[in-house]
Amino acid sequence: MSLTDRVLGDRQRLAYIASQAADARLNVELETEGMTLNIGPQHPATHGTLRIIARLDGEQVVWAEPSCGYMHRGYEKLAEVRTYPQVTSLVNRIDWLGSFANEVPFILAAEKLMEVEAPPRAQHIRTILFELSRIANVSLFLGDLGVQMGAITPVFFAFRDREYVLNLIEGATGGRFHPNFDRIGGLKDDLPKGWIAETKAVMKKLRNFCDQIEDLLFGNEIFQSRTRGIGVIPRDIALQYGLSGANLRASGVDWDLRRDHPLPMAWNKADWKVWTHPDGDSFARCWVRLQETRESTRIVDQLLDTIPSGPIMAKVPKIIKVPEGEAWVSTENPLGEMGYYVVSRGELGPFRVKIRSASFNNISVAPWALRGVYVPDIITILASLYFILGDIDR
Amino acid sequence: MMSMLAVEVPYWGQSLLRVLGGIVAVLLPAGTIVYVFLFKMMSFMQSRLGPMEAGPYGSLQLVAEVGKWLQKEDIVPERADARIFKMAPIVVLLSTFLLIAVVPFGPDAWFTDFEVGIFYALAVSSLSVLGILMAGWSSANKYSLLGGLRAAGQLIAYELPMVLAVIGVIIQAGTMNLQQIVIAQNSGSMFGFSGLGNPYVITQFVGFVVFMIAIQAELTQAPFDMPIAESELVSGYMTEYSGFRFLIFFIGEFATAGVFSLIASVLFLGGWGVPFAWFGWTDVDSVANWMNIVGPIIMITKMMLVAFIIMWVRFSYPRFREDQLQRFAWKVLIPVSLANIALTSIFKVVM
Repeated sequence: MSLTDRVLGDRQRLAYIASQAADARLNVELETEGMTLNIGPQHPATHGTLRIIARLDGEQVVWAEPSCGYMHRGYEKLAEVRTYPQVTSLVNRIDWLGSFANEVPFILAAEKLMEVEAPPRAQHIRTILFELSRIANVSLFLGDLGVQMGAITPVFFAFRDREYVLNLIEGATGGRFHPNFDRIGGLKDDLPKGWIAETKAVMKKLRNFCDQIEDLLFGNEIFQSRTRGIGVIPRDIALQYGLSGANLRASGVDWDLRRDHPLPMAWNKADWKVWTHPDGDSFARCWVRLQETRESTRIVDQLLDTIPSGPIMAKVPKIIKVPEGEAWVSTENPLGEMGYYVVSRGELGPFRVKIRSASFNNISVAPWALRGVYVPDIITILASLYFILGDIDR
Repeated sequence: MMSMLAVEVPYWGQSLLRVLGGIVAVLLPAGTIVYVFLFKMMSFMQSRLGPMEAGPYGSLQLVAEVGKWLQKEDIVPERADARIFKMAPIVVLLSTFLLIAVVPFGPDAWFTDFEVGIFYALAVSSLSVLGILMAGWSSANKYSLLGGLRAAGQLIAYELPMVLAVIGVIIQAGTMNLQQIVIAQNSGSMFGFSGLGNPYVITQFVGFVVFMIAIQAELTQAPFDMPIAESELVSGYMTEYSGFRFLIFFIGEFATAGVFSLIASVLFLGGWGVPFAWFGWTDVDSVANWMNIVGPIIMITKMMLVAFIIMWVRFSYPRFREDQLQRFAWKVLIPVSLANIALTSIFKVVM
């Protein structure tokens, strides 16, 4: 099946044809020469050090390629010389906007190897904190989306309302960005007094924030004309490139690890919905994330009502030695599927850790999605694919 | 301007007063817009306080900012065309100063009484394109170049709807002189009722809307801020500028916003005047002398009103893409303003 046979948006198809023409024009060295534009590594739009090499014909992109690695910190290697409890403080810093969610799959992998399971109360609180970090992460995305398109007001609303969530995370864990709260076999501490009531009030505020963003941004005609039909990623392309998370669901694939993948977590205790969108364009990706934030507030609300009593720590030895073996655990993180493949040789630390982070795969579709679009669309498509630099480079 | 003073002033004195008046009329609106709207209103809309430390309620923030820019090094990139690079911001500011020359502030308070004032104003307003193109080209920077070219395309495209929107007013007033347009609005009447005069914002509402959209684009404010587009082009044609020259661009941006607001209030909101029927005036000669003092105050008030709309839109809208922007100008604004001209001419002839 050729590319043009696939169901693409009209504009995307026209842009693709135009890019073919532009390419041909460049190849026969007629008329004008193309221009290579290096967007980044230092550029206000890339919120980090991502470099995008774009070959332009006028304002149209002939081809573009993201070049990553400017922020590589070598966490996989560093994890080999740390003990298991120490690794959480490293992986906190992978997706720095939703730190707690990074700890969970690693801890779950270690627990799987040790064959312990956190007590139900710990599972509940883990899930609540996991969803809170998702809300903190995605609410900032929703605001940042406006800035990428020149609307400066939404981002301030996002920062204001994310602050409430960060305060909650700080209240429970002691850390705003890097909680380092998850332990093998449970959690470091129980919830503080009054935290549950406060969280419920904040969830209400966050739902208001979602409504506000929907009014201010998603309902705006200019926003829609900038995102609808732009950067269409069809279903099979999304699957081929290994997209995950909201990017995949926006292409119409009903896939959510929280629902599909049985883990010792509390998601199945709540009633919530996995949102998908058939279009696969930038708007769909943003819209799915907005709906997900709402669902997350619902999950948190329901789990707060049903927290069981009991211990928050299972019986684990003081000095943790993980028995020999290999384990793979992945969860549905704010950015998509994040997993750890942990190889243990029965020592204090892991022998090898492979980190599968969502952004690296999500960004790999960029050369496909950016072909033929205009320069401003580079920014909106990358913004809607939503990557965190720490999550790309690890 | 001079007949309002009771004393005879020699010619050089008159010229000096005009120059000083021009500088005040350009810089005062710029400063007011920056402080009131850019610093404070934007902050309140975004649920924050804005500057609060410099002076009471942050009122000296502007002075601090200017001081900061003046201290910075005046950098010219190595590959840049130095002479043109240095000249560009001045050309941009120049067009603003040329614009203010025809704006009337009172029955006798004007810089020049120009017969084809609005024609002149529209002509010199497009001079700023030259400055922007010069800046974009001479910076030897790809982002600057893209920004400069976008600005040129956009400013030329939106010049046309602006001119066409103004033509409706000219047809209705029957003159191109801005002073005469003000008088025509204030001495006019709507259906025999002269209590409000005849501000053209009512009869020329379509023209007003088109004009506002066009000046939004001329000023490169969001949603038409493609040439600057900080999330794509870093800072567009201003990327390489620093210090004093950046400050001139900055002043130019907001001074032009102020002057265009002044022109919009002259064309559509009745300018410096109050409806003449209130005080029983019949023409410009019978207008009381105190209007020379009250007139500028009324003008500043109306300017703030128009600038408020410009800034309000700027703070809440995302920006267009370049091709959407052109399509909007050619496919929507120009046909609408042409229809407006046709209707206005028909009514003018019939009534």
